[in-house]
Amino acid sequence: MSEHVLPKRLYFVIFVSLVVLTAITTGVAFIDLGPFNTVVALVIAVFKATLVVLFFMHLKYQTGMTRVVIVAALLWLAVLIGITMSDVFTRHWTEKGSSWQRSSIISPYRQTASAAPRLPRRA
Amino acid sequence: MSTVAVEVTPTLPEVHYLNADYGWRSWLFTTDHKRIAWLYLFAITGFFAVGGLMATLMRLNLVEPQGALMEPASYNKLFTAHGLIMIFFFLAPSIPTVLGNFLIPIMIGARDVAFPKLNLLSWYIFMLAGSVFMLAVIRGGVDTGWTLYTPLSTTYANGHVLSAAVGIFISGFSSILTGLNFMVTIHKMRAPGMTWFRLPLFIWSLYATSVIFVLAMPVIAITLALIALERVFHVGIFDPALGGDPILFQHLFWFFGHPEVYILILPSMGVISELVAAGCRKRVFGYSFVAFSSVAIAAISFMVWGLHMFLTGQSVYAGFVFSALSFAVAIPSAIKVFNWTATMHKASVSYDAPMLYAIGFIGLFTIGGLTGLFLASLGTDVHLHDTYFVVAHFHYVMVGGAIMGYLGGLHLWWPKMTGKLYPEAWARFACLLVFAGFNLTFGPQFILGYLGMPRRYAVYPPEFQVLNVMSSAGASILAVGYFIPLVYFTWSAFKGPVAGPNPWGAKGLEWTIPSPPPTNNFDVTPIVTQEAYAYGHEEAHVG
Ligand code: HEM
Ligand SMILES: [Cu+2]
Repeated sequence: MSEHVLPKRLYFVIFVSLVVLTAITTGVAFIDLGPFNTVVALVIAVFKATLVVLFFMHLKYQTGMTRVVIVAALLWLAVLIGITMSDVFTRHWTEKGSSWQRSSIISPYRQTASAAPRLPRRA
Repeated sequence: MSTVAVEVTPTLPEVHYLNADYGWRSWLFTTDHKRIAWLYLFAITGFFAVGGLMATLMRLNLVEPQGALMEPASYNKLFTAHGLIMIFFFLAPSIPTVLGNFLIPIMIGARDVAFPKLNLLSWYIFMLAGSVFMLAVIRGGVDTGWTLYTPLSTTYANGHVLSAAVGIFISGFSSILTGLNFMVTIHKMRAPGMTWFRLPLFIWSLYATSVIFVLAMPVIAITLALIALERVFHVGIFDPALGGDPILFQHLFWFFGHPEVYILILPSMGVISELVAAGCRKRVFGYSFVAFSSVAIAAISFMVWGLHMFLTGQSVYAGFVFSALSFAVAIPSAIKVFNWTATMHKASVSYDAPMLYAIGFIGLFTIGGLTGLFLASLGTDVHLHDTYFVVAHFHYVMVGGAIMGYLGGLHLWWPKMTGKLYPEAWARFACLLVFAGFNLTFGPQFILGYLGMPRRYAVYPPEFQVLNVMSSAGASILAVGYFIPLVYFTWSAFKGPVAGPNPWGAKGLEWTIPSPPPTNNFDVTPIVTQEAYAYGHEEAHVG
């Protein structure tokens, strides 16, 4: 255990930033940014997670194994997302769906921003 | 096989971990890793019995093409419960929580694991998970297959998918805690002089397994949570009508699922290394290759998951990549097989029960692994996917491989765990029954699959009956083979002859302390000056 006592103020600042960022995420959700809806939400979320890991979880003040563990975890996540995407981006999407599909739900990934209809919600 | 010159009748130590304390409290609230191993042993033996009973019912049903026993709907629930129980509640915990818990601290010269209370907590979480899951099964069960594919498990679910998923979700936490505990223990608790390259290979393989536990289990937990999110709150994740992608479920499931199969086999490989060394009285050939192949398997196993998805909607280009990577994961497995065989070369091999299990493992695992390569070839898989060939493949690795290793390990360390010997002749007989029964059960399934019989059906065309009857007959022999050890182990625990500290004349720290060990394992912390396989000078050079 490396005893690294941080000033209370720092925790408070981080906490407030997290709350503010949450508010921003909520706010942005009301504005339609097209394909950037998800991007913006994810960027903010990653930023928040980073703050938590660095300060609340003290990664900033740790060395050695702890960092190895974090880097390994991120690497694994990259493998998961990376190879999954290699499927999604090379899949054979058909323009016309099978009878059980609604035409609007074919290839959500291929649709251009302007053409992309909001996917239908189940009642 | 004993080569001890002077025969002295061994006696049990006066005080040991089994009699240090009495009463149910001393077991249910114990933090002794050796007692926790027993708690797990009882629990998973129960799950094995339930899962095995389900398998027996399935094989009985398949004796007749029309299904001899039950409706297809019940059959679906049966194979789903069988798969989930065997994988999550028997095989995954088997070697790590029983043999691993018992042996890891002793093998590295420690008094307990790093977090003894957490160790006990893992068991309680495991029992909670098992109860929640069994409740779902009793209340009506799940019919999706153990893979829980969407949309069967979401849009079209008609069973107790959610409550079963909660059970599996909880069991993941038990595994994560066990994995963490083992990793920290192996890093921090090694006795002075116990360097990484003096560790028994069993420890290396359990270390690799723990890494997979910690990295893979959260993914299945998250995936099941996403199912719940979609079903309860209609968030579009897997359902295309809500903007989701059903194949995403398969990606997430197999990103966990393929490493999971290595959670099942890696510990067994570690046991085999110990069995082969003890049975040949020799250092395992190419120690560091065997050690690093465990780590390599753990790493590569996370990059091949798409081999399960060649025909289920994944892009063919991703299929190429996964196929190539799958061939890579077979390399470290093959290294192990070659090195065990090389160890046996020119050794004076004993044919005691543990070694028989090891030899059985090597043969059956090789068949299982090689047929995996057939399946991993894109073209062949078109023909073989979702047939009995796949069923035979994975039973060769999981039953012929993993369970043989578990039983072999139990036979090697039983005298350490109880201080008692079991009847060797019965043990050899049971091992031969298991081997014969196993091959008769699953050998015909390769042919059935090749001929085109699909898996997961309660009925089949009449021309497949002969092979199916053979398979069912084999299953009954296998069941007897599993039952006999239960009988003689129980007998041995109460009435067996005293074993003494080292009945096999084997090397390794666990054989230097009394059987059964004292609660503290070592009265004084051992100072390690040699590797775990210091079997005499001349043999040491062979490796
Ligand atoms: C030597 C490396 C291995 C390779 C290349 C390999 C390859 C494959 C492939 C391609 C499949 C999918 C077949 C299909 O559905 O069409 C498969 C299925 C399976 N394998 Fe392996 N395998 C290997 C080792 C193992 C091991 C060691 C285990 C377990 C201990 C295992 C357990 C399974 C299971 C459980 C399935 C079926 C999953 C399901 O229910 O669909 N495999 N294997
Ligand atoms: Cu796999």
